Amino acid sequence: MKTEPGSGSCIQQILQKKAQPVRRDPAKAPTHDVREELFELEARGELIVHRVPEPYLEVQTKFGRTKKIPVEHTWHHKSCGQCGHIPGYSSSIVWLHRQLGLDYVDPTDQTSCTGWNYYASGASNPAAQTAVMCRNFAAAYQAGYYPLIHCGTSYGHYKEVREELVHHQHLRDEVRRIMDKLNKPLVVPEEIVHYSEWVHAMRHRIAERQVIDMSHIRACIHAACHYHKIVVEDAIYDPNILKGERTAIITGVLQALGITVEDYSTWFDCCGFGFRHILVERDFTRSFAISRKIEVMKREVNPDMVVVQDTGCYTTLDKSQFIGKAHQRDVGIPAFSDAQITALALGAHPFRVVQMHWGSTDWRPLMAKLGIDWQTYKDEFDADVEAIRRGDKKAVTWEDCDAPVVTKTK
Amino acid sequence: MRAWEAGKQADCYPHVAREEKERLFREIKDDERYTDYLYGCYECGICVSACPSARFYNYSPRVIAQAMAREDTDRVYEILIEDIWNCAQCFSCTRCPRQNNPGGLVSIIREVAVRNGIQETRDVLQGYSRVIYKVMLKGNQVSPDMLQPEFFADWGTWVEGFTKNMREWRRAIPLESLRGVTDASWRTDHKTLVELYTIWFETGNVELIREVDEGLYELLKNTMEEELEDAEDED
Ligand code: SF4
Ligand code: SF4
Repeated sequence: MKTEPGSGSCIQQILQKKAQPVRRDPAKAPTHDVREELFELEARGELIVHRVPEPYLEVQTKFGRTKKIPVEHTWHHKSCGQCGHIPGYSSSIVWLHRQLGLDYVDPTDQTSCTGWNYYASGASNPAAQTAVMCRNFAAAYQAGYYPLIHCGTSYGHYKEVREELVHHQHLRDEVRRIMDKLNKPLVVPEEIVHYSEWVHAMRHRIAERQVIDMSHIRACIHAACHYHKIVVEDAIYDPNILKGERTAIITGVLQALGITVEDYSTWFDCCGFGFRHILVERDFTRSFAISRKIEVMKREVNPDMVVVQDTGCYTTLDKSQFIGKAHQRDVGIPAFSDAQITALALGAHPFRVVQMHWGSTDWRPLMAKLGIDWQTYKDEFDADVEAIRRGDKKAVTWEDCDAPVVTKTK
Repeated sequence: MRAWEAGKQADCYPHVAREEKERLFREIKDDERYTDYLYGCYECGICVSACPSARFYNYSPRVIAQAMAREDTDRVYEILIEDIWNCAQCFSCTRCPRQNNPGGLVSIIREVAVRNGIQETRDVLQGYSRVIYKVMLKGNQVSPDMLQPEFFADWGTWVEGFTKNMREWRRAIPLESLRGVTDASWRTDHKTLVELYTIWFETGNVELIREVDEGLYELLKNTMEEELEDAEDED
């Protein structure tokens, strides 16, 4: 249709187009499909492609391609930042698997991807980074389980490294030489799957078990940069969530739980983590997290919580708020991962499973709003801790916390 | 960094030989990712508007892409010395309409700076050495016992409370591979760590640490070699 410049109809057309959900045609994808290249390399005998086990669910990614998400038989590739400093994040992911009766392993033959160090210091090289990834993938393959990556950095880093491996013969030769030395096959999974993709794909099954009403809760989300800004075509997009303009991750599961997800103007911004900065130059991290994320959310939305899908984002947004408060800045939004909030929605013990005592921001107002009598559960947990201190109890185990405990409010 | 001035031939490091600057730039360009990360530059500044470091430091991903696209050896050297450690490696700059990846270019330059033992890089990484030690030896980047009040005072009183309870809290985690572990994020088999050390040696990653910190290098090398010898004896 011909439009008159300046008449406003051009702008209206753009606005109309923008009001429609984005539907993407995989035939027009601007990038190659790395999976096809992997299968070609496998056919040439160069490597093994670890197939996604049945049963799996299918989701759509940025350029309209289909991605397979394994339902179970998963090898939990843990995150060092989560396990070290936010253990309730990892426990919640596994607790959800246990609730649904799904087969998984919690391996001890896994190392971290070491990508955090790489992005922080550059003190490594492509061969080392690729070999570390392939060693982990080979361990999962040999165990007969499919890798489910807990960490956003590992997820992004592995996708970058996979690109390098697929495109450079000499790198494959070098890594194969090292794998031979370790007596391990050179294996690359068919799909690199982040746990939040599993949460997203499983969200309706998960929501069937919801016991805590969350329909009065308003949240802002922050999607990890290394999830949707590196090798972007692997991230999940859904025309029915955020009109398919932004990744559907986190928003999809929160909406399935009845939570209202609110937009804010710095949605796309990084959290300020910075890899090196969070450890040794936190003035940058703190300033950015407070001024570009937390304060903006507060001013524009004043949400009940901010929900993330990665280790670094959680740490940055949770731990940076103390100094903001000390300087009378407009902060005070509790941070959670999608896995933790989902576990809470299903009635998980807030301390034995979700381990809220590792969080710094004040989660009490949110608990009160959810109608969760957190003090009772805190008392139980404190009694566990005292019993462990006295030597009367060895540990908190799954037996102590498999069963949902929080009273039904829905 | 100063604002870009078109055609400017400023040289902030005239005492550094031109050949040395050219050699370093060549090493950057020889990285096989270089041509995947740089396709020229529109100079549109979209990367800058998305960049967290540009808001905080005198830093610009546009200048990085421009300097490299224009083959401005002096400016690239200046970036290597002054700018690369400001980047948050978030890759928000991959919004670039030219499909550039300025953050990826920074990764390449950082690797070159480390490999060449550039003094400014050694200085920047000095406070970071204990993390390199942890990740190379334990296979984890961080651990609960790193959370000490003197290093994390800005995280508030929580850290102090945590250190008093660390042992008990770590036992009060249902996930088995984490339970009770305080010096790493999770329990890793000895065999797996030996495999990791093999990777570090075979890929030259141990030697690389010599360029960052000689003392750290000796410590890592000796510890890993001992473990590898013990593992061989066990076989
Ligand atoms: S990767 Fe570096 S240059 Fe790119 S947006 Fe992030 S901080 Fe800026
Ligand atoms: S967004 Fe890309 S083209 Fe534009 S200034 Fe940055 S690097 Fe150059």
